[in-house]
Amino acid sequence: MRKKNFFLKTGMAILAITTAVLQPLQVKAATDEGGYTYNYDYWGDYMNSADFYNSCKVFTSTDLGLDVKLKNPQGLFADGNTLYLCDSGNNRIIELNRLSSEQLEVVRIIDSIKGSDIETLNNPTDVAVSEDGNIFIADQGNARVIKVDKDLNFLMEFVKPTDNTLDSKLVFQPTKLAVDTAERVYCIATGINKGLIKYENDATFSGFVGATPVSFEWTDYIWKKLASQEQRAKMESFVPTEYENIYMDYEGFIYATKARTLEQARADENAVRKLNLMGSDILVSNGDWSVGGDLYLGSGGGYEGPSILTDVTCMDNDIYVCLDRNRGRLFGYDDQGHMVFAFGGNGNMDGYFRRPSAIDHIGHELYVVDSLDCSITAFVPTQFGELVYTAIEEFDKGHYEESGVAWQEVMNQNGNYDLAYIGIGRSLLRQEQYEDAMKYFELKYDADNYSKAYKQYRKIWVEEHIFWIVLVILALFLVPLSIGKVRSIRHEIDTADIFVVEKKG
Amino acid sequence: MIANTKQFDNPKDKYFDSLKFALYCITHPLDGFWDLTHEKRGTYAAANTILFLTLLIRILKLRFTSFIFIQVYWEDLNIFLYLASILFPLALWVVGNWGLTTLFDGKGKLGQVYMATCYALTPYPLIQFPLMVFSNFVTVDEAEFYSVVSALSLVWAALLVIAAMGQIHEYSAGKNLLFTVATLFAMLVMIFILMIFFSMISQGVAYFISLARELMFRM
Repeated sequence: MRKKNFFLKTGMAILAITTAVLQPLQVKAATDEGGYTYNYDYWGDYMNSADFYNSCKVFTSTDLGLDVKLKNPQGLFADGNTLYLCDSGNNRIIELNRLSSEQLEVVRIIDSIKGSDIETLNNPTDVAVSEDGNIFIADQGNARVIKVDKDLNFLMEFVKPTDNTLDSKLVFQPTKLAVDTAERVYCIATGINKGLIKYENDATFSGFVGATPVSFEWTDYIWKKLASQEQRAKMESFVPTEYENIYMDYEGFIYATKARTLEQARADENAVRKLNLMGSDILVSNGDWSVGGDLYLGSGGGYEGPSILTDVTCMDNDIYVCLDRNRGRLFGYDDQGHMVFAFGGNGNMDGYFRRPSAIDHIGHELYVVDSLDCSITAFVPTQFGELVYTAIEEFDKGHYEESGVAWQEVMNQNGNYDLAYIGIGRSLLRQEQYEDAMKYFELKYDADNYSKAYKQYRKIWVEEHIFWIVLVILALFLVPLSIGKVRSIRHEIDTADIFVVEKKG
Repeated sequence: MIANTKQFDNPKDKYFDSLKFALYCITHPLDGFWDLTHEKRGTYAAANTILFLTLLIRILKLRFTSFIFIQVYWEDLNIFLYLASILFPLALWVVGNWGLTTLFDGKGKLGQVYMATCYALTPYPLIQFPLMVFSNFVTVDEAEFYSVVSALSLVWAALLVIAAMGQIHEYSAGKNLLFTVATLFAMLVMIFILMIFFSMISQGVAYFISLARELMFRM
């Protein structure tokens, strides 16, 4: 009996210890995984957020009224209220008209063109429409990019660049393209990593622009030097990464995304580049974290590694949304590189994806193509999302007070939203309420903006108290000086000859 | 310098004199640290006070330095571990240094090594406290001032520790530097042994826990 009691007691003790040890782990597991919509704070912690976008409707082949079901759709392009969907598996492009966010109607199906040698399309992977209304199609299977007018009359084709550095056996496979206002074509092709292929508007190849800088570890370099020919062939070579996708924004800058390696993701490198005409990266990345999607790369639900941003679109308020095909998430960033929202996931429910491939926007609405699910998901901003957009847009217009009010409302709805604090601070800063602005910046560790506010605050304070400051400084100098003077006079008096003589006398 | 060998009747006076002597030590390290032990100018009370101030400033810095320089993730902060980040290396240094120098003609005793090391920490509270106040009046553009002065306090303290060891052990400069490096190695060795010790202990405990668990299944 006694023995049994002893075992019972030790057992209970061990149970207590194990539960005590396991408890923090369980709590941690709960806080580590974000909800549907989330953001990261200064420390990189998950902050659950109010929903920014709602999936409004998922359009399948049946919803669109298509006789032939969609097959592996790859590209999406929005032009006004018209959406062009590349139904790559069926060698056709579907032109859709957006009646409302819940209603898309098929306008026409583009499966052949007039006036070309090859009149059909073969695995079109991307489409773009210029300002003049000409349609550009990356006709991958036919190794060309074609330009047709709006009635589908063939105008010209862009073929494999004549460049000595390219392997002559390489088959030209354009995957993604973008067109600027002058109808110059920028294109990505499989196996070409020298940057974007740029064609002039007369279809002549004019060069490669904006190759990603090559980065490698110096240890890798040494290993490579020491390795034999065969070993070297097996190693990864130091070459620029191919871009995943490109998007031409309304100002003519190209947003290009690339897949990061694990090392690059750990080093917090940007996965998005914003290229100017010269092909140099001008993306502003002032956020606490890089522009690259998820911060946590660990495996979860069968998905691991960094986010692979497979497409990007930029709205008129300079917020660009990236689509992660690894975890099926959307990441929005503002023009300063702060993460505005992150949401989504892999799954079969509405608002989740199986293999997302393309994204574009109409106004604030987002349209995402899922290549495995063969569907288009329409997202509309929630009230919270619209508030954030209002706040950002009002600030850009110079309406700082309205922006501050909107940010305040955003904060009321989601107290964990760092951008709201910084937004209120920035609006207060513009309204010259420096002391209040400082408080908001300090809360969210925005040292740069805090310093801007503090500099003004300090200047005003000094100007207001200049009299006292001068007085204190003068006192600091004069008081010891006069004390010294008094002492030396006293000393002189004490040791003056007459007194000394008198003493002696 | 002719040593000041005046006697104090009141222990309080002796304490304040020895505390004030820290200021002499940091400005005249060779002379000061010689007198610290050889002329008995230093006291343990003063050494403890300096160490306490160092720890206090280190904690105060977390809260009162401007967030531009120090961002604290309060959720993960363990104040005792944070204090241990000073106390643990200090203890390792004192024990390691004494252990080595005893074998190689070092004249300093364990307590004297501790006292001299604590005295050598004086620049840390002395500089970091005003710096902490100052940090709240600067912007990021002026942040360089802070980091330079902050680094200065650490370098100064490090140099003082080295100088102090040379003086209390009566070592030549070369020998002193050699033993500074050797002490650092000794610290690494002690950390290594401690780690082995703790992992052995935890494995030993884990063995008995699993044994008890096994027995309970069978009872």
